[in-house]
Amino acid sequence: MAKVVIDGVTYEVNPDNNLLQECLSQGLDLPYFCWHPCMGSVGACRQCAIKQYRDADDKNGMLVMACMTPATDGAIISIDDEQAKSFRASVIESLMISHPHDCPVCEEGGECHLQDMTLMSGHNYRRYDKKKVTHRNQYLGPFLNHEMNRCITCYRCVRYYDDYAGGTDLSAQASHHHVYFGRHEEGVLESEFSGNLVEVCPTGVFTDKAFSQHYSRKWDLQTAPSVCVGCSVGCNTAPGERYGTLRRIVNRYNNEVNGYFLCDRGRFGFDFVNNEGRLRDAVKQQGDTSQALSGEQVQSVINEFKTGKTIGIGSPRASNESNFALRALVGEDNFYAGYSDTEHEATQLILQLAKDKAFHSPSIREIEQADAIVILGEDVTNVAPRIALALRQSVRNKALELASNSRIPQWQDAAVRELAQHDRSPLSILSTYVSRLDDVASDRVVDTLQNLAGIAYAVANTIASQSPSSSDVPTEHASVIEKIAAQLQAAKRPLLIAGSTSGNLELIKAAANIARALQQQKSTAVDLCLLVPEVNSLGMGMLTTAENKLGRALAKLQDGSATQAIVLENDLYRRAPQATVDAALEKADKLLVLDQLGTATTAKADYVLPTTAFSEHEASYINYEGRAQLSFQVHRCHSGAMPAWSWLGAEQVDEFDALVNRCASEAKGFSNLSKILPDPASFIAGMKVPRQSHRYSGRTAMKANINVHEPKQAEDPGSVMSFSMEGIPAQKDADVLASSWAPGWNSNQSISKFQDEVNGELKQGHPGTLLITRETAAAGYFDPADSSVSPSANELQVSLAYQIFGSDELSAKSNSVQQRMTDAFIGLSPEDAQARELSQGDTVKLGTTESNAVVCIRTGIKSGSAVIYCGDGQVNPTELPQCIEITKSGEQNLLRGIEGLIVSDLLEEDY
Amino acid sequence: MDIAAYEASDGYQSLQAIAKGLSPDDVLQQVKDSGLKGRGGAGFPTGLKWSFVPRGGDAPKQKYLVVNADEMEPGTFKDRLLMEGDPHLLIEGMIIAAYTIQASKAYIFLRGEYIVSGQRLNRAISEAAARGYLGKNILGTGFDLDIVVHTSAGRYICGEETALLNALEGKRATPRAKPPFPQVSGLWGKPTIVNNVETICNLPGIITYGVDWYHGLTKGSDHGTKLFGVSGKVKTPGCWELPLGLPIRELFEGYAGGMQDGLELRGFLPGGGSTDFMLPEHLDVLLDYDAIAKVGSRLATGTMIILDNKTCPVGMVGNLMKFFAHESCGFCTPCRDGLPWVDEIFNEFESGRGSEKDLQILHDHVDYLGPGRTFCALAPGATAPLGSGLKHFKEDFDQHIKQKCCPYKH
Repeated sequence: MAKVVIDGVTYEVNPDNNLLQECLSQGLDLPYFCWHPCMGSVGACRQCAIKQYRDADDKNGMLVMACMTPATDGAIISIDDEQAKSFRASVIESLMISHPHDCPVCEEGGECHLQDMTLMSGHNYRRYDKKKVTHRNQYLGPFLNHEMNRCITCYRCVRYYDDYAGGTDLSAQASHHHVYFGRHEEGVLESEFSGNLVEVCPTGVFTDKAFSQHYSRKWDLQTAPSVCVGCSVGCNTAPGERYGTLRRIVNRYNNEVNGYFLCDRGRFGFDFVNNEGRLRDAVKQQGDTSQALSGEQVQSVINEFKTGKTIGIGSPRASNESNFALRALVGEDNFYAGYSDTEHEATQLILQLAKDKAFHSPSIREIEQADAIVILGEDVTNVAPRIALALRQSVRNKALELASNSRIPQWQDAAVRELAQHDRSPLSILSTYVSRLDDVASDRVVDTLQNLAGIAYAVANTIASQSPSSSDVPTEHASVIEKIAAQLQAAKRPLLIAGSTSGNLELIKAAANIARALQQQKSTAVDLCLLVPEVNSLGMGMLTTAENKLGRALAKLQDGSATQAIVLENDLYRRAPQATVDAALEKADKLLVLDQLGTATTAKADYVLPTTAFSEHEASYINYEGRAQLSFQVHRCHSGAMPAWSWLGAEQVDEFDALVNRCASEAKGFSNLSKILPDPASFIAGMKVPRQSHRYSGRTAMKANINVHEPKQAEDPGSVMSFSMEGIPAQKDADVLASSWAPGWNSNQSISKFQDEVNGELKQGHPGTLLITRETAAAGYFDPADSSVSPSANELQVSLAYQIFGSDELSAKSNSVQQRMTDAFIGLSPEDAQARELSQGDTVKLGTTESNAVVCIRTGIKSGSAVIYCGDGQVNPTELPQCIEITKSGEQNLLRGIEGLIVSDLLEEDY
Repeated sequence: MDIAAYEASDGYQSLQAIAKGLSPDDVLQQVKDSGLKGRGGAGFPTGLKWSFVPRGGDAPKQKYLVVNADEMEPGTFKDRLLMEGDPHLLIEGMIIAAYTIQASKAYIFLRGEYIVSGQRLNRAISEAAARGYLGKNILGTGFDLDIVVHTSAGRYICGEETALLNALEGKRATPRAKPPFPQVSGLWGKPTIVNNVETICNLPGIITYGVDWYHGLTKGSDHGTKLFGVSGKVKTPGCWELPLGLPIRELFEGYAGGMQDGLELRGFLPGGGSTDFMLPEHLDVLLDYDAIAKVGSRLATGTMIILDNKTCPVGMVGNLMKFFAHESCGFCTPCRDGLPWVDEIFNEFESGRGSEKDLQILHDHVDYLGPGRTFCALAPGATAPLGSGLKHFKEDFDQHIKQKCCPYKH
């Protein structure tokens, strides 16, 4: 620690940081633009000027930029110095020269960092009376608006988009006061993390296009802490609602999980909540007719299911509480997994490994500390996107190390990047096709899944000879095996990534063997990150026994040993072959399906109960690392939908906490779940935390067009949050901090006022609890299974591809996401395509299935293999065999062909 | 001068000394002892600059020498004469400099418009390579060097050494933060020395004829000779190599022939567009770095721009402001957004719409764009003629406001 005197007061600061960061960490107000807590300093905007004195006798001092000056011990500085203040006022005056006077109609207004800093710097009168510089705006795709006239040229956008997120199609152009930030030509911004520009831009150049279509001011949005349901990462979000519709999603800071950034699926994939097709009423279906059910009728239906041979099928996209409620209703023995049998096996294996002390499941913050990484078969960008963004930071650890050797401070962002150039920490990607992270990969192996597993087993064997080797090791990979083994052994914090979406258990086992071999050498738990595809894949997996596969449930229905089924928020036609599901559902006497939107499964149901979406109920989910997180209800659902657990009669709607406690005490492995509930002691005198801001407008008038009498504010007896402006803001418990605000800090930058220190934990504690405790002593190595696949002459070996926009069932229903989706495609090598006389864009029939896919030819695919992306439910992955024969289909090209493939790993190489 | 003529006049003799066993450390010591200061404008001691380059076993293997030949300072045309007239002098100097820091690759970052210089340099490089002065194992020393001429796409900011490095790497020509200095992390993150053409051209003499000889050249406190230029309405504008320490009057009257008939000297910028105005009363000041600094200006590139009594000083400063505003790289706020405002105000003065309020804004910008405020030295350079112009030619600014026009044109 170092001591720094700021305006006469001595502060303890971290000498490894710069003065701006330390001033903010101390809670002092100092305006800034180009510096960003995650991106360090470049010294462009000159807004954070302060006075620095040589020693106590120096009365004149000199102006320095706080962001570019290290917080060295003994430094004496002043923020309040008149010269510094006047310089800062001059800087903001110049920044505002060409800024339009459009705050009242600007979407950033009210949460604009530029507004805040303008006020803070004391600029309130424009002396500039000459012509302003104006720009032409670009079309940037369905997610973002572009209004360059508002730009203050802080360079944050390109530093984020290119340097931090690895994008290539946004750049700074032209020079002097004509600098322009945009694409080389109009078009969709390709990065799958483009949405963060909305929050990175300190003013309104990049704004949320989906939000602007039904815009509301930040202070008019009803907001609560939420968790993204787009994938298994569990990023913390703050959705905002107005007039009963969900308007947008912004990031909610959690230093362990998402930090400051979300992916575009998470930010723009919420729109299904507002979908016209949302199920609204409880109905009984008979043939083509449906009949609404009253509350009592539903109750008697549920009672019917409580008796008799009923099975329940859970859902990886439903909360712990809903899955638990169904399990409680049908009994543990009759509760079945709601995903494919392969995925069930993989998830059970992952859960088994999650209890092993040899491994550690890293959070995103920990992933960013990794200095040697191997990805085994997972397409991280499309399966757990936020982790891909983290990996782009992990590979920079080499740069940080070089910088520290050259005594360049880590926050000197441009200097660190310049010094390191392309020198990165090793990242090896073993995959069946080229991936979006290839540009930062040190090694890339493209091969079939079982060959990849063979390579991984060989790596483990190279590190520790006790770890068994597999016979599937093509000799051409010998050198890369040696290299990867050496890199992992040399690393301080190696990281292995595998998971269930590759559909190959061997890869998970081999990853575990590598990690175990490393653990035995290093004697510390080794980071093993095992990905699952959906928000609560792990939670549902924990509630299901290993035997209770979906296949077994369907068989029971077919053979009559079960006659009634309840399907929880799940479309079984995505989870098992159509014929199997059809046969099972045909035989079932009664089928009850609960869901948010209609699916092929609800169409077959006798009873359909509408459930609330993620923003309409309180829920907990378990992310890929076993972290349970609480997601609060943001707004009320105005249709007949209720949380599934409430329909299933587990508890009353307002007794969520009781249900969580019941789940914690009854379900194995959930004993820590109660810890996620907010601490009642944090709430002063029973005051609730308001979901509406203290500036929320129109509360008494917003329904006046319906009735001039002001309605009573909705009550929420079960929650610590209220549907109101009254109460106390989140003071003591980070779980209830939805959107940060501090006097003078209306933008998301106000988060620094809530952090222990910049980039640190929230002062009010830490949201989320790790549920799984590692207790088992180290088990042995896995033996490779004999999994050789022998395709016949015309067959191709199948592996699955995923898409960030489309592979997730619910976000695929969002308007803006749909504009980025493509239909099912099959990736082929040029040789295989030529042999079959197929060309780019042709439609082919997939084996014996009824499904078609568009041909996408890429050199990054190994010949003899086919990479199939299933589209949004267009191809049923469970119907695809390991080896497939394809035939040119007479059908017309599918609607959205591969030319729409922008965010595809497969597009990276031009064929 | 071709290679034969150059060799006939002691050219490449310094390499023979190196071949006979002069070590890089020896050369460094001689350059330090010579007291050579950078001729690009800042006047930083060359030997000291070189000594920051990491040496020894731990140092990165790849280092670079970059010659800054992006001569774009207004009023400056000295490096062009060297490169067009005596390209081998530059190449010999580069070999010495590269040898000292052990750089195996050197670049000449050449102003794009200097087409003749580029042709002559490239020819000279092939001639030198043919004689074994460049390439692998130069004169049996085991030292390798390749020189590449890179022509700039043309921005004034590329004269700033770190912006030059960015441009050379194909990036936007914006300056880098210092520290780290290029000597530690320069071109592609490797240790790099950036020197001006004229600085490098001093080296062959120092090594061939020795430090004492070099010290004997000067008449003042700084060592060696310097190229001095005079432009403006003098009788014989031009560029001359003269000892440092000469009185300005000797250059102005003796070499440039004084003012053209009918004109009087009103003031002058002693070292290019980004230096402060000096007045006729300063003609007896000596041409060296310290003497000129004492009267509040800078020797800088040593190329004088003369202002006569029939030319509008407001127009002259305004012209410079237009240049600096246009050449701002756009990276930091005061320079990017401050200079265009200054430029706009000069336009107003030119067209007779200047006001007291505008004058105040100009004064504000002298402080706002001053040293330490901006990311690099471009804007502070612009404030030199602006600040000194506002001070020395106040009555001209006032006349523009009062008469609502430029008094020199109406």
